[in-house]
Amino acid sequence: MTMTDPQAVTQPVERVNATTRLKWLRDMMLIREFELRTMQAYQEAKIGGFCHVYIGQEACAVGCIAATNPDDPVITAYRDHGHALARGMESRYAMAEMFGRVGGCAKGKGGSMHLFDKRTHFYGGHAIVGGQNPLGIGLAFATKYENEVLGEGRKRITLCFLGDGALNQGALHEAMNLATVLELPCIFVLENNRYSMGTAIERGTSMAHDLSVKAAAYGMPYYQADGMDVCAVYNTMKRAVDRARTEQFPAFAEIKTYRFKGHSMSDPQKYRSKDEVSEYEDNDPIRQLASVLTKSGDLNDKAFKAMSQSVRDEVRDAIKWAEQSPEPDPSVDLYGDVVTEPFGEYGSTSLPEMCDHEPGDLPADE
Amino acid sequence: MAVASRQIQYREALREAMSEEMRRDKRVFLMGEEVAQYQGAYKVSQGMLEEFGDKRVIDTPISENGFAGLGIGAAMMGLRPIIEFMSWSFSLVAADQILNNAPKMLYMSGGQFACPIVFRGNDGAGGQLGSTHSWTVEGLFANVPGLRIAIPSTPYDAKGLLKTAIRCNDPVFFLESERMLGNKGPVPEEEYLIPFGVADIKRTGKDCTLVSFGRPVHFCLEAAEKLAEEGIECEVIDGRTIRPLDIDTIVESVKKTNYCVVVDQSWPFGSVASEVATQVYERAMDYLDNRVFRVCSDDVPAPYSKVLEQAMLPNPGKIIKAVKQAMYLE
Ligand SMILES: Cc1ncc(C[n+]2csc(CCOP(=O)(O)OP(=O)(O)O)c2C)c(N)n1
Ligand SMILES: [Mg+2]
Repeated sequence: MTMTDPQAVTQPVERVNATTRLKWLRDMMLIREFELRTMQAYQEAKIGGFCHVYIGQEACAVGCIAATNPDDPVITAYRDHGHALARGMESRYAMAEMFGRVGGCAKGKGGSMHLFDKRTHFYGGHAIVGGQNPLGIGLAFATKYENEVLGEGRKRITLCFLGDGALNQGALHEAMNLATVLELPCIFVLENNRYSMGTAIERGTSMAHDLSVKAAAYGMPYYQADGMDVCAVYNTMKRAVDRARTEQFPAFAEIKTYRFKGHSMSDPQKYRSKDEVSEYEDNDPIRQLASVLTKSGDLNDKAFKAMSQSVRDEVRDAIKWAEQSPEPDPSVDLYGDVVTEPFGEYGSTSLPEMCDHEPGDLPADE
Repeated sequence: MAVASRQIQYREALREAMSEEMRRDKRVFLMGEEVAQYQGAYKVSQGMLEEFGDKRVIDTPISENGFAGLGIGAAMMGLRPIIEFMSWSFSLVAADQILNNAPKMLYMSGGQFACPIVFRGNDGAGGQLGSTHSWTVEGLFANVPGLRIAIPSTPYDAKGLLKTAIRCNDPVFFLESERMLGNKGPVPEEEYLIPFGVADIKRTGKDCTLVSFGRPVHFCLEAAEKLAEEGIECEVIDGRTIRPLDIDTIVESVKKTNYCVVVDQSWPFGSVASEVATQVYERAMDYLDNRVFRVCSDDVPAPYSKVLEQAMLPNPGKIIKAVKQAMYLE
């Protein structure tokens, strides 16, 4: 096994057909619109708790997940709306979850930081920084075990997303070491947006200028991509995913990105300059892709407007749906889902409404 | 209990439980430090690598947080991991995984992801290991909803409860004791399972109820033996699981004896003993002829010195004293 894969950084970008790129554009626009409306709903106190939006980072989730098979497990941290949507969770279930309603993906028991979708193999948002990494290698362990011990006959890989803040957590390092020692097909996807809350990466992470050393320390290949360019993310991740799948071995991918908004809903952003933010905003991943597609003649103004309208409609519907979804009933819901086999005061479990149908196959609105 | 002529060690009972379940269900695997090539730090998994191979009996480096979390991720995908901690003392570095993730995953995911996993290992003072290595974690962990805690005191219970734990669809913390691994007891050849939440009356008596869990059950039995010589008949209830707690059996006994002493190897403050006492008050206040007495470990870090350690832990002498005080005999 080679330590780092220098080619992975420098190989020329493959061409992805326009239809696919148009889909990615819409996927990213949906996340953007979803997040804008999330911020609004938070300000209106319809959403509570801690809430972290993904604006600016859309190309990471969309490009990475596009490189996987639909049954490859995906897991991430608490900034998870983008990943859930990119994986195919319908926006209404994510929105209803943040509204704390029974129609939410976790019936209002998880909230913004804990979105889950079994149908799309999305193993959750996890809110303890670094804590998802040991779980991620567990998913990879299970896919390998299913193949080798249970004889399922398919090779899957796991995408385990993390923020740069998680680089400094022991859990990540234990997970990376175990992934190599046990040869687990887990790709650690670092979304390096340069800050963990107000801490610039250089202030908290050794060797922040060259994170390939983190991968090298655990003997796994390192990949890097410009997280503002969804095609670059896809191309890099496709190589990483294909290789991890055939070799059933871990990898580490750094996606260089930026969050345009504050860390959470209450962040005065004293730690970075407005100029810095606007410099990154000039590289907006959505605008970049839209302009490339426009130049190549694959997108015109009318089509773009229609796309914008369709994501606006979808998210408006999601909000309407979330608002109409009932509040949980403490007398029934509080003690449900604690354990699988009821005992004492604990009731039974049930799946959320979302799990009643296949992804993409939404029931008609009554 | 079925009559069994066969006597085996507590560690053998654990091994039989794991091996039988691994034969029965390929999704079950064992992972931990030194479980495979070393044959188990305490020889619990001796011979299992040979039978099941290195894909199902898996050595890990010393990374409790990492491999505890690995197990939970694998359980979310439907495997049934048995994760061995060399000692529950070492589980503290995996606290985030075992307390945040395993017991709450089902709830946080709104019923989508269950966590059928067993964490097992030695709990309680091993014998002069000092404060870092002598944790009794039941006092700490029993506070957390979403998990089960089993704490067997005999080889028979160890086997039957561990088989139930492995088949359970929720996370189970299985607390063994280094001091009991070599204990022998009757274990039938035939398969059996012991349900959770069903206490075992290890000795019947009419005068005072003794409630305990794990190793101190033996201290209670010893104390009961001695007290019987003085004409005091104690009923010794082995809870066997702390969550769920079989409070019904305890309350029934208290209604009969009117006195209750709870013996718990954890610290007294916010302990399992406190919880049992509270539930007895809530359910059987009118039947009590005295307050509930607690015999716990002293409220100090576990010392190294043999004299000090013994002074700290529950023992038959302390139990006898508590029973006599409870019954106004002292
Ligand atoms: C163990 C732990 N410590 C502290 C926090 C509080 N916290 C939440 S997010 C965060 C910053 C994490 O930054 P990063 O990993 O870079 O992710 P990003 O916010 O950039 O997506 C902190 C400190 C936490 N959730 N978990
Ligand atoms: Mg960050």
